[in-house]
Amino acid sequence: MSAVLLLILACVVAALAALGLCAAVLPRRIALLHAVAAGLCGAGAAITLAGTPGASVALPVGLPGMAIHLALDPLSRPFLVLVFGASAAALTAATDVHGPEDVRAAPFLPVFVACMAFALLAADAFGLLLGFEAMSVASWALVLARHADAEARDAAALYLGMAAFSAACLVIAVAMLAMPSPDLTFASMRQHPPDGAWAAGVLGLATLGAGAKAGLFPLHVWLPRAHPVAPAPASALMSGAMTKVALYVLARILFDLCGDATPVWWGVPLVVLGAASATIGVLRAVLEDDLKAALACSTVENVGLIAIGFGLALAARGADLAPLAALALGAALLHVLAHGTFKTLLFLGAGAADHAAGTRLLSRLGGLVHHMPVTTGCMIAGCAALAALPPSSGFASEWMLLQSALAAPRIGGLALQTLFACAAALIALAAALAATACVRIIGVGFLGRPRVPRTAGAQEPALPVRAALIALSVLTAFIGLFPGLVLRLIDPALRHLVGGGIAATSLFIATSHDSPGYAPLAIGVLLAAGAALPLLVLRRRRMQERDAPAWACGFAASPPWLPFGDPATQYGAASFAQPVRRTLGTLMLATEQSTPADPGSPVPARLVAGFTDPAEPLLFVPVGRVRLRLSSAFDRLQFLTVRRTLSLMFAVLLLFLTAIAVLEAL
Amino acid sequence: MSTALGFVAFVLHTALMLAAAPVAAGLVRWLKGRLLGRAGPPPWQPWLEIVRLSRKQPVFAENASFVFRWAPGVVFAATLAAAALVPSFALHMTTAPIADLIVLAGLLSLGRAALALAAMDVGTAFGGIGASREMTFAAYAEPALVLVLTIFTFALLASTTNLDALAAQLHDFAFGLRVSLGLALLSLLGVALADSGRLPVDNPASHLELAMVHEAMVLEYSGPPLALLELSACLRLLLWMTLIGTLFAPFGLGPADAGPAGWLAGLLGWAFRVVVLSAALALLESTLAKMRVFRVPEFLGVAVLLALLAVVFLFVSQGFA
Repeated sequence: MSAVLLLILACVVAALAALGLCAAVLPRRIALLHAVAAGLCGAGAAITLAGTPGASVALPVGLPGMAIHLALDPLSRPFLVLVFGASAAALTAATDVHGPEDVRAAPFLPVFVACMAFALLAADAFGLLLGFEAMSVASWALVLARHADAEARDAAALYLGMAAFSAACLVIAVAMLAMPSPDLTFASMRQHPPDGAWAAGVLGLATLGAGAKAGLFPLHVWLPRAHPVAPAPASALMSGAMTKVALYVLARILFDLCGDATPVWWGVPLVVLGAASATIGVLRAVLEDDLKAALACSTVENVGLIAIGFGLALAARGADLAPLAALALGAALLHVLAHGTFKTLLFLGAGAADHAAGTRLLSRLGGLVHHMPVTTGCMIAGCAALAALPPSSGFASEWMLLQSALAAPRIGGLALQTLFACAAALIALAAALAATACVRIIGVGFLGRPRVPRTAGAQEPALPVRAALIALSVLTAFIGLFPGLVLRLIDPALRHLVGGGIAATSLFIATSHDSPGYAPLAIGVLLAAGAALPLLVLRRRRMQERDAPAWACGFAASPPWLPFGDPATQYGAASFAQPVRRTLGTLMLATEQSTPADPGSPVPARLVAGFTDPAEPLLFVPVGRVRLRLSSAFDRLQFLTVRRTLSLMFAVLLLFLTAIAVLEAL
Repeated sequence: MSTALGFVAFVLHTALMLAAAPVAAGLVRWLKGRLLGRAGPPPWQPWLEIVRLSRKQPVFAENASFVFRWAPGVVFAATLAAAALVPSFALHMTTAPIADLIVLAGLLSLGRAALALAAMDVGTAFGGIGASREMTFAAYAEPALVLVLTIFTFALLASTTNLDALAAQLHDFAFGLRVSLGLALLSLLGVALADSGRLPVDNPASHLELAMVHEAMVLEYSGPPLALLELSACLRLLLWMTLIGTLFAPFGLGPADAGPAGWLAGLLGWAFRVVVLSAALALLESTLAKMRVFRVPEFLGVAVLLALLAVVFLFVSQGFA
């Protein structure tokens, strides 16, 4: 039965890829093709939910003499549900085709989804890498959809470089893993885990390779550049689903293929990198002016939180604390599902705002709530989850993550204990700053008065986009109110990977079976009762409310030629972020240049504020300099005479043959 | 029987919190007045103001959207839900299994975010100033809070952040006197001052708009919504007083199924703690000046560092034990 479902899933993936090819030849039928693809994704999610893990099939294609194996196993199942679910919503929204970039992106969108699903379904190393790299290439094409913009071209070039780096690391890591094993299937690689320095090498390379794709510090620099320039459904999937596929690869290698006897210290690099990503990501999310870049930075933050969960789980598993490992890994996987859902929602909403207002810059948006109440309401629902406000989905997973970080000092060792306590504090800092970023995104971008006339003419997006937004909001609320039900999807993976389960019923999640925990529905009821109380008390004397000009401490009404008031008298994106920039800006290498005006001088005073991501001067600028130097050194080879070129090639050939002969003899 | 008593205790606790919140805020105001040599308004003055406001016609700014209209309800609901979770006079109430400290922090954060959004909604400069400052302060307060939590969960080996379970263990003096506990108290006091918007972080009686934080956010409200927000602010203050009292001086707290006779000791203990903390707050507020806004992160940064120091102390001492 399950093998049949698996074959159907494989057919869904193939059909998605075929739909992409159709979209390339039928540019006028894109809306229809996307609708079909969305339906296929919905069916895929349903089949994945219905299927039981364990089935496996071998496809008659692949490397010479080897089949590609597909399987639905406990770890891939929640990721597959997320990818199909998020893609169904994003493809539904993509049926609303606006411009040439949407048409250009159309063939790649279903192919991108198919590659992600294929990478998750693969049960051998070759299939995994094939799907993963094809996914990178498809998403690179999506980033290039607006190739007329220099910004998009630069972002795509950076993205391709990072994808190539990630591929180089992952291919070597997987090769090192597969070395002791007779074939490339996960089942046999699991039987032959690496040990000692090999294992440490695999850990380092897998963290670098998957981390570069997921957006872990310091390899996160491409996310805030590449995600905003892709069309909205593509950026929604890149942030919501693709980063999760990278995290899946990380979890697959570290928790599954490296065996279950990993040492405690394996958790440390992930916790450190995760905490750094969470802090830097959320700080940038508070400072960015571009709405989609701010969302992409918050993805870096959330990937960091998930990495902290992975790290805590690895450390706890190394110390034989299975319940703690299950709690941490459960928190990470729940956050994968929660973040995948609400980030897809937020990117689709940001796309709607971008289309309606003609800009993604928070400093030019504003007042959208009056013209786009549905979109604003959905964005508020998504932002509540991003800010981890109870009883939303983000809170449930961050509650579990904080619980595991608070319990982690039991693993022992003063240095580790202090590290985990700092990680807990940084998780709290990230949550608080995420709330700041959310208030800024909603408050500056959607509430208040319009800042430019164009915004005043905004309209709600088309019906499919609204439907996708509402469906994702409902799904986010569901995950928030019933995290216990969602954890049932994750529980088999936890038992498989760390040998422990989560103490959760459908209404309650707890750290252990005999301890109290978090009951989102009860909190929701308490909140509803609290909100109903004043309504009941005040109902008897229901008064007619009156509208009047804003008070603003007696600020004069705006002149008639400024119908929305003077934009300069409203708090903007930069001013809202200013206290955070002043106090935490050192981390972001913030710069401020203030030119005060002399008393009586008519020259305006100026304040120029900027920031640099610390990863750029620390890592990317030196690497770029080395690359430039190397390429200019090798550039000389292009201008050799024919005789010299030939002798160079002959020498290189000789060198290779000698090397092979020496290696053979060893 | 015990579930019924637990529920009665819960309802009574919530009603008492609501009723006492403005009185506690009024008590601080009255004591401050006395300390400054004035007669001071009677302690129930905030109640009179709330009732008077709730009778007035609400006036909304022309640009206000649904966010502005709904926010006071959300703020009130979040604060009341948080207040309902903190045990005041009896332990093991109906809400005990869900009275988690992280949930409590989350609910306070929900109220804060809702109010900040409402402040941004009208599109005036003061609302933005208040919202931006309030959210920035929270970024310092929450790590300190979580570090303090680490101390409790680790020191008690409680493996839970449930307030009721923690209070029960603290009531049995399972903790002992520790340096970490003292540092945690200092840190938590700093967080409480910032979160309830008291001096030296924010001046609730301020009339200078540029120095306002909380008052700047509610500037556009009038009538019943303003009454609701004022009540929420009072409730937040009482919540912090009760929380600190319950964690650090849980004497008199008995189980909810001890019945009304058993609650009396708890009620007296709670009243005593609130009066002492109000007096301390009044004394503090009449001796301190308000800080510059950009000094507040330094003030809260000290709270974070104190909590971190306490955590490290604790780890070191447990390592030697």
